[in-house]
Amino acid sequence: MPSSKLSSLQPGQSALIRAIHAEEAVHQRLLALGFRVGKQVELIRRARFAGPVHVRIGTTDVMMRPAEAQRIEIGEIMMGSRR
Amino acid sequence: MKRVAMLGMPNTGKSTLFNRLSGASARVGNWPGITVDLMGAKILLGGHIAELIDLPGIYDFHGFSEDEMVVRHFLEKNSVDMVLVVLNTTQIERQLALALQVRELGLPAVLVLNMVDEARRAGISVAPEKIARHMQMPTILVSAKYGDGCSGLLSEAARELDRHGPVTPEELQQRLASDDRIESEMESILKDAVEMPVRLPDRVTEQIDRLVLHPWLGLPVFLGVMFLLFQFIFTFGKPLQDGVAWLLGYARGGLVEPMLSGLPPWLHGLLLDGIYNGVGTVAAFVPIIILFFLVMTMVEDSGYLSRAAFMMDALMARMGLDGRGFVMLLMGFGCNVPALMGTRVMRSRNLRLLTMMIIPFSLCSARLQVFLFVAAALFAPAHAALVLFVLYLSSFAVAFLTAMLFKGQMKSNEPFLLELPPYRFPTWRQIYMRGWHEATHFLRRASKFIVAGVVLVWILTNFPSDVPPASSQTFAGMIGGALAPVLSPIGIDAQLTIALIFGFVAKEIVIGALAVIYGMEGNSLMALMAQKLDWVQAMSFMLFTLIYTPCLSTIATLRSESKSLGFATLSVVWSLLLAWVVSFVFYQGARFLGY
Repeated sequence: MPSSKLSSLQPGQSALIRAIHAEEAVHQRLLALGFRVGKQVELIRRARFAGPVHVRIGTTDVMMRPAEAQRIEIGEIMMGSRR
Repeated sequence: MKRVAMLGMPNTGKSTLFNRLSGASARVGNWPGITVDLMGAKILLGGHIAELIDLPGIYDFHGFSEDEMVVRHFLEKNSVDMVLVVLNTTQIERQLALALQVRELGLPAVLVLNMVDEARRAGISVAPEKIARHMQMPTILVSAKYGDGCSGLLSEAARELDRHGPVTPEELQQRLASDDRIESEMESILKDAVEMPVRLPDRVTEQIDRLVLHPWLGLPVFLGVMFLLFQFIFTFGKPLQDGVAWLLGYARGGLVEPMLSGLPPWLHGLLLDGIYNGVGTVAAFVPIIILFFLVMTMVEDSGYLSRAAFMMDALMARMGLDGRGFVMLLMGFGCNVPALMGTRVMRSRNLRLLTMMIIPFSLCSARLQVFLFVAAALFAPAHAALVLFVLYLSSFAVAFLTAMLFKGQMKSNEPFLLELPPYRFPTWRQIYMRGWHEATHFLRRASKFIVAGVVLVWILTNFPSDVPPASSQTFAGMIGGALAPVLSPIGIDAQLTIALIFGFVAKEIVIGALAVIYGMEGNSLMALMAQKLDWVQAMSFMLFTLIYTPCLSTIATLRSESKSLGFATLSVVWSLLLAWVVSFVFYQGARFLGY
């Protein structure tokens, strides 16, 4: 299965994080916000005009620009979130 | 005296707890090794007098953001007796790592699990005694917002201070080392001590977000919210400002003037028209700053600011700014001074500087007064509205142009990763404390500069003392004469130049200055101006007024917020230059086209 990026998720879809490809500063921040390999992340919505994406990881809602979302590699895409 | 630092991630209610513990005694202070202001307060902890310091919110000790650097430098340069580690209980599963890092560093600490009210509502139950045992640090459940648990926290902190001595900066420097074990230890503590539902039942936040972040409705909602906030600030601010002005005028006529009547005229003028008016200029800003931060606290603490940033980020990112910058730019249309102070939410210095570079171009309410007057004097009502519209557009245009030009110099390398916290209602106490702190901050930092500036302009327009004030024989008139080769190509004559020198102090006094300069008031002043100026000159004058330095208070705030005279100078010089170029292009262009 080809690998995809968090930025390619559609609103309402979620996936498990497979890898984080970011330089140390961004990586540290992502870690502290709860982004870790194996965790489930859901894309809630996108802002218009290629603006930021709104994602949910665990109990935390985070927004990031598409450039940052590009750095998060995800596995198989699931519809909705685990209940 | 003991030193106690408060440490926590962003959005943990750390500042609320700080305000709760410190009361109104807090003030901003400078610390060795770091360049940003930190809030500090002296509080009583058992038998100790302790200095409580509110450190910036950080995610961990090893990050590279500017706030993380600030905290590290602070701890490496200042000896600390104890740390209060403040965690947001609703997010304990990822925040506990910070507390574990503190423990690894060997800092005596009390663990404060804040926002227990929200955690309870979300169905999270925490056993503090179990956490305390695992962490080997006293653990207190607190709701800083409502004050629950604060007295228990104080007595526990006092006991902890008795037990330990301070940790020296040298020891700490050595210990800021690896934290590999933290991850696995965190998992096991959470498993034992915390029960958490799989998903937080935060339906309300989700529903509000569905509206305010809606792809089509979000923007109108945002503009509507901004409009209402504006209305609020000025509906209440205008009468307050008028009240302050009336009070100062009353005190002047009834008290100050009779007291100074025996003095020689020049000293009388200096004290009254220089210093007293300077104090009045400062005082006029206080109601607006308080009201602005009442509103700002609501916007920020409710969680709406990050939503607004989400909406506007696509536009602002192209200019090297972020979505929050747009909110501040809009706030600047009310008054530039509090908008500049509001940029403190941005933690990256370069991002903040770039935002502070563009805010002075916001067409504030004081400039609007000048434009309303001049437009009414020179244009038919239908055209006057168009003129105002063009001025508003120009305001945005020069702000965006400035951002585009300077984004290379003030590049922010901070990743744009912002939390969208659940919506909360700030308490009245939070709102009121913020307004109070910001107003005293402004008075402490900016008032001397502003009074000195007002005195200087008074001297320029009143000396030599044997000529009529604000006439061409005064220093200001001489400067106007000297500047004529520069300003006549943009259609600004000697009288208008003197008005611009007054406008340097505050745009509110430009019309008053014109009245003094021409020796006429109201309708007759309008008629005279219509006679002496044509519309091209008037428009050029308004464009120049829009773009050059907003007012002395703005410059003072630029300097105190950036802590750099160089930056304030750059902003002033750039705006003067840009004002001239824009007016030149307009004036010569219009003349070339035969107007």
